[in-house]
Amino acid sequence: MLKASIQKKLWHFDLDVTYQVEVGQVLILWGPSGSGKTTILECIAGLRTPDSGEIELNGRMLFNSQERINVPSRQRGIGYLFQNYALFPHMTVEENVRFGLQAQRISPKKQKVLYQDLLDSFGVGHLLKRYPSQLSGGEKQRVALARALVVNPQLLLLDEPFSALDRETKLSLRQQLVSLHQQWKIPMILVTHDQEDAEELGDIFINLHYGQVINR
Amino acid sequence: MWYLNDWFPVLLSLRVAFISLVVVVLFALPLARILGLYEFRGRDILEAIFTLPLVLPPSVVGYGLLVFIGRNGIVGKYLADMGITLIFSWWAVVLAASVVAFPLMYQSCRGAFASVDSSYEKAARTLGANELYIFFRVTLPLAWPGILSGVVLTFARALGEFGATLMVAGNIPGQTQTIPLAIYFAVESGDKATANTLVAIITIFCFLLILWVNRWNKKYVR
Repeated sequence: MLKASIQKKLWHFDLDVTYQVEVGQVLILWGPSGSGKTTILECIAGLRTPDSGEIELNGRMLFNSQERINVPSRQRGIGYLFQNYALFPHMTVEENVRFGLQAQRISPKKQKVLYQDLLDSFGVGHLLKRYPSQLSGGEKQRVALARALVVNPQLLLLDEPFSALDRETKLSLRQQLVSLHQQWKIPMILVTHDQEDAEELGDIFINLHYGQVINR
Repeated sequence: MWYLNDWFPVLLSLRVAFISLVVVVLFALPLARILGLYEFRGRDILEAIFTLPLVLPPSVVGYGLLVFIGRNGIVGKYLADMGITLIFSWWAVVLAASVVAFPLMYQSCRGAFASVDSSYEKAARTLGANELYIFFRVTLPLAWPGILSGVVLTFARALGEFGATLMVAGNIPGQTQTIPLAIYFAVESGDKATANTLVAIITIFCFLLILWVNRWNKKYVR
């Protein structure tokens, strides 16, 4: 379960949000661009620091401005799917997916078991030796998902995961995400401005407008 | 009209350029990384100081170096007490070359690191990598083309240093006489053969260097 309360001064407005996401839930962060959605994701992931507030994941305090706790991103166990996928362009699919496992010093034998199955289940197991520039948008998305999930995160953050895709790919990936969520049972926070995505995937909703929650 | 009886300037210039390159990389690379990553008060002043040797006349740089390492200089005094004299030694040549080449490397690295999309480093962080791991596995490989051109510029600048070198190291044949100094004094003394030969050597060398780097860069950038 994720409990978060975030206050941060941004360029044009002050961000102030408080919410809770249970284990099996998908939270939709909804709002126009520039309303602070990505900032919230980055604060939860530890990539940015709120001015004040608390972030607690599964009983573990990740950030607490009062008690001066700020766990670095690499220790938070939070997966992040970036809007542009952020696949390392100088590495193959295999090297990309292995990255987190290698950084955490997991043995190569153990690694292979972990990522091969995952990639196969996403239908991209045959693309191991390709480079990101040689993949389609949908393939990149799935590789990025695999990369984030192979290190066993306790929470998954997705920043507009379908925005750059055509309708057909979007629909099939959305399906994939639904079945993924049933399989992995970790809370997910999804940023989107697509109404359909929100309705199909979301359990709870936060509507952001200039950094303030306007309805749930 | 080609003749070279003293190959010392060629050997010295190459030796100095290589050593200066190593010295400059050791300082400029980490500094460019750190100053690019962290914002702090006075950062722009520090960077302006780093860039100074690039825009100041070489004789001013030479003067500044003398103030530091001259026999009565800020650092030179203590060195003299220990029996070490830097000026008019080939180490002064290395120092002069390093100081004037440093801004080139620093700027190249700074630009190269800045050109790496921050989302890659952010992704690496969320995947559990520490900053050192990220630097060597993500940032450096992606910044490599920019860094490589910095390396070439640094080497070429160190090779061609003249003004500051003359002031702190002098033009002592067999000790501190680099190719540029040798060319200048060959022309002054009417020794066209030596001048022609040295000019040809350094021109062909630099030309081949640029050619090789450009080709290598094209292959590397996917």
